[in-house]
Amino acid sequence: MLEARGLTCSKRDRTLFEGLSLVVDSSELLYLRGSNGAGKTSLLRILTGLSSPDAGAVLYNGVDISEDKAGYYHDLFYLGHKSGTNGSLSALDNLSFWLAQHKVSVPDNTLFDVLEKVGLVGLEDVPVRYLSAGQQRRVALSRLWLKPAKVWILDEPFTALDVKGVNLLETSMKEHVSNGGLIITTSHQSLSNAAGEHRVFDLEYRF
Amino acid sequence: MSLYKGIFKRDMHIAFKQKAELVQPLMFLTMVVTLFPLGVSPSPDTLQRIGPGVIWIAAILSSLMAMERLFRDDFQDGSLEQYMLSGMALPAVSAVKVTVHWLVSFVPLFLLSPLLAMFLNLTVDMYIALVLTLLLGTPLLSLIGAIAVGLTVGLQKGGVLLALLLIPVFIPLLIFATSAVDSAALQLPYHAQLAIIAAMLLLAAALAPFAIAYSLKVSQN
Repeated sequence: MLEARGLTCSKRDRTLFEGLSLVVDSSELLYLRGSNGAGKTSLLRILTGLSSPDAGAVLYNGVDISEDKAGYYHDLFYLGHKSGTNGSLSALDNLSFWLAQHKVSVPDNTLFDVLEKVGLVGLEDVPVRYLSAGQQRRVALSRLWLKPAKVWILDEPFTALDVKGVNLLETSMKEHVSNGGLIITTSHQSLSNAAGEHRVFDLEYRF
Repeated sequence: MSLYKGIFKRDMHIAFKQKAELVQPLMFLTMVVTLFPLGVSPSPDTLQRIGPGVIWIAAILSSLMAMERLFRDDFQDGSLEQYMLSGMALPAVSAVKVTVHWLVSFVPLFLLSPLLAMFLNLTVDMYIALVLTLLLGTPLLSLIGAIAVGLTVGLQKGGVLLALLLIPVFIPLLIFATSAVDSAALQLPYHAQLAIIAAMLLLAAALAPFAIAYSLKVSQN
């Protein structure tokens, strides 16, 4: 269970949100909606602990995430606007270095299975910067199926993905939720039925 | 431990894939050094007198060029976020990254140093002193530089600001390093200068990783 208590965040003298509280249970998909500049990304970054709120706290299973970082990060997968892949490394290198950092050990054939799933067969040795934007996104997303994380926090995961990619991701979201996972995602296009049931949380733009 | 070895391997791998960035600062350094005989005076005595200072100044300037590489790519492509979310100790990650940076940007300088010493007519004693000061001083450049890189990495055009922040900080190092080589030229002992540089290095090695980690965290906000 992920809980936000009384979060306040201001950027450049503009308050994005104030006293925001929010609870997301296991087996739940929260779809965060809001116009550009409403503070979706800021909220997600606070929920991951990457940035700190001006007031309030984030709790995972009742424990403040700043107190048990290792425990929270063991269960967390976060994908932001930046893909977290190095352009001069191949998809395979990027993934294996990332998996090692996150202490996930995966047999080689699983790695290839996932690459096949996201449609990157034959491209695994190409430096990532030579791939198209959508393919780069797929490299970043393939971590979803590699790290057994309970909490997914996805910031605009559908950017640059084609129809098939969007569908694959939505189906995986549904599957993850039915397995007791917890997802918080933002997107400018609304989620389709493939993503399953979801709760919408609107973030108002404030002046 | 193997975690940090993984980062070491990754960074080495990336550094050797970007060979241009590896070679450019070294070429810059060599060129700056060769400008002095042309611009100041080609007389062997003058060169010998200004030599140590020239090599040190050129090393500092060229290190500024390579410094930004330390965290720039990782910040821009989001790898830094992923490090922070992996539960690894950020000071240790920073220490590993600084080590890699020192190995790839300064170790080639040592290979180049006999050539530079010959350009500037340094005696053997002076050369030994120079190498010793570089050996103790360049890790200090990397460690202190990394703090400033951490602070400026989030800015759009941090390059010049980085130089403005760092050059004043490097002045004490420059003074003690060149004074050591000057003493060596006069056949005087220079242990004191080396000891001071070593003390600065030890202090930086103990504290800088924490400062770097903090500055990186700040730049994420």
